Amino acid sequence: MQPFEYHRASSLEDALRQGALEGASYLAGGTTLVDLMRIGVMRPGRLIDLRDVSELHGFDTGGETLRFGALASMAEVADDIVLRQDYPALAESLLLAASAQLRNMATVGGNLLQRTRCLYYRDTRYSACNKRNPGSGCAAQDGVNRQHAVLGGSERCIATMPSDWAVALTAFDAAVEVAGPQGRRTVPIDSFHIPYGEHPEAETALRPGEILTAILVPASRAGRASCYVKVRDRESYAFAVSSAAVALRLEGARVAEARIALGGLSTTPWRAVASETLLRGRTIDEASIREAAARAMDGADPRPGNAFKVELGRRTVEDALLRAMRRAQEGEAA
Amino acid sequence: MRDPSEAETDMSEADHLGTVAPRAAPPGQDNAWPVAMLTLRVNGQTHRLALDTRTTLLDMLRDHLGLTGAKTGCNQGACGACTVLADGKRINACLTLAVAAQGQDIITIEGLAKGDALHPMQQAFVDHDAFQCGYCTPGQIMSAIACIHEGHAGSAEEIREFMSGNLCRCGAYPNIVKAVQDVAGQGDMRFPGKGGV
Repeated sequence: MQPFEYHRASSLEDALRQGALEGASYLAGGTTLVDLMRIGVMRPGRLIDLRDVSELHGFDTGGETLRFGALASMAEVADDIVLRQDYPALAESLLLAASAQLRNMATVGGNLLQRTRCLYYRDTRYSACNKRNPGSGCAAQDGVNRQHAVLGGSERCIATMPSDWAVALTAFDAAVEVAGPQGRRTVPIDSFHIPYGEHPEAETALRPGEILTAILVPASRAGRASCYVKVRDRESYAFAVSSAAVALRLEGARVAEARIALGGLSTTPWRAVASETLLRGRTIDEASIREAAARAMDGADPRPGNAFKVELGRRTVEDALLRAMRRAQEGEAA
Repeated sequence: MRDPSEAETDMSEADHLGTVAPRAAPPGQDNAWPVAMLTLRVNGQTHRLALDTRTTLLDMLRDHLGLTGAKTGCNQGACGACTVLADGKRINACLTLAVAAQGQDIITIEGLAKGDALHPMQQAFVDHDAFQCGYCTPGQIMSAIACIHEGHAGSAEEIREFMSGNLCRCGAYPNIVKAVQDVAGQGDMRFPGKGGV
């Protein structure tokens, strides 16, 4: 690990001042950063620890806008009774991620900034990684690419975005609040993770020195009939091979609102717009769900190692829609 | 690298939480590295020590305090052998920087027994033969105590899910689940509290 200076920020202003210094990186839960520093992928010369910045803590799941301070832990948010009842997809996306230990450490803000699990990105013995060494190529294109993206990739990078929480937030049109040297701004979640064009090394809309301060979710009546389905290589404690966050609002038997976002399949959280459009106004049943799920992977560009993900993605969406439908119907019956 | 002439020597509270002085470069190396003066509470005792900022909580416990109960397994947060409690929450000590753990009450497996009297969870692991090689056991026990305290030990299925951050390559899982269920059923587990054990 490269040596670094450590500073514990006393306030947001202090953090922003320190974060402007050369080689600075912000430290929250540390579960990504410390790991990547140890294996030499990230090499900050200065860590600015945010844990004592009180305004970054806490969350509120009532009201017209749900607000999650960036430093709220995954565990405390996942355990929130209101969230579990009114937005099960959000709570489940956190509960199905990582382990109990990591959820105690990791923060809901840091979760959106976690780095890809691409084996070539994490292994510095491979020089060809456009994320780690911009312009060096992408070893995953012809390598072991079972875990890689079939949506949103390019010949420059096919690394998946690993966050489950980001996928659920995308389904609910969340926004990310950031503070920086030039003041505060809000970024919609669907433009927070940047699609891989020419520069796969640029992952998020955060500018140098900026701090993610909070996550905002507009209240949604589709929240109660929502779910997060995660397909993994083992039953627990693994990253998604494929996942879907789905929320439905029914009027009688018709779909008034369908929200569908995909994870594990794409380079950024992926909104299945064609599936949503197809369901809107339709009678909800197994046939319409199957038809909608069939469109979820439109535009997929698989590699030999991950071609199975195209069908897996459709089935994940179908499963999630069926579960959300049952939740919606139970909600009406109750 | 900070100029040595700027290094603070005043040990006020704020200085405990940051880099205080660069260490001189050892022969043959070009770079010095930053050192922090740490104050950490472990098993109810306060320790002060000057450490390279890169030192993890796990390495500090094992190499500097001689508390070798928490184990180094994967060293990347995947196996749970390093699990300790920080302010009552289970965490992976291998992914925690010692400088960042200041201000928290750390409890390790060494802090559980009262003299010769084992903590109920330690006793349950013995009673249920919940280990073979024993390498993952300290982490399993710390995690199990937290699992019950969190209210996530209501059924065997829930225990398996909420103990999934602790791997056991001997495959002692069935007996680990029985040990956790046993203690959860006793209803009055002693939970290591703030400031001590």
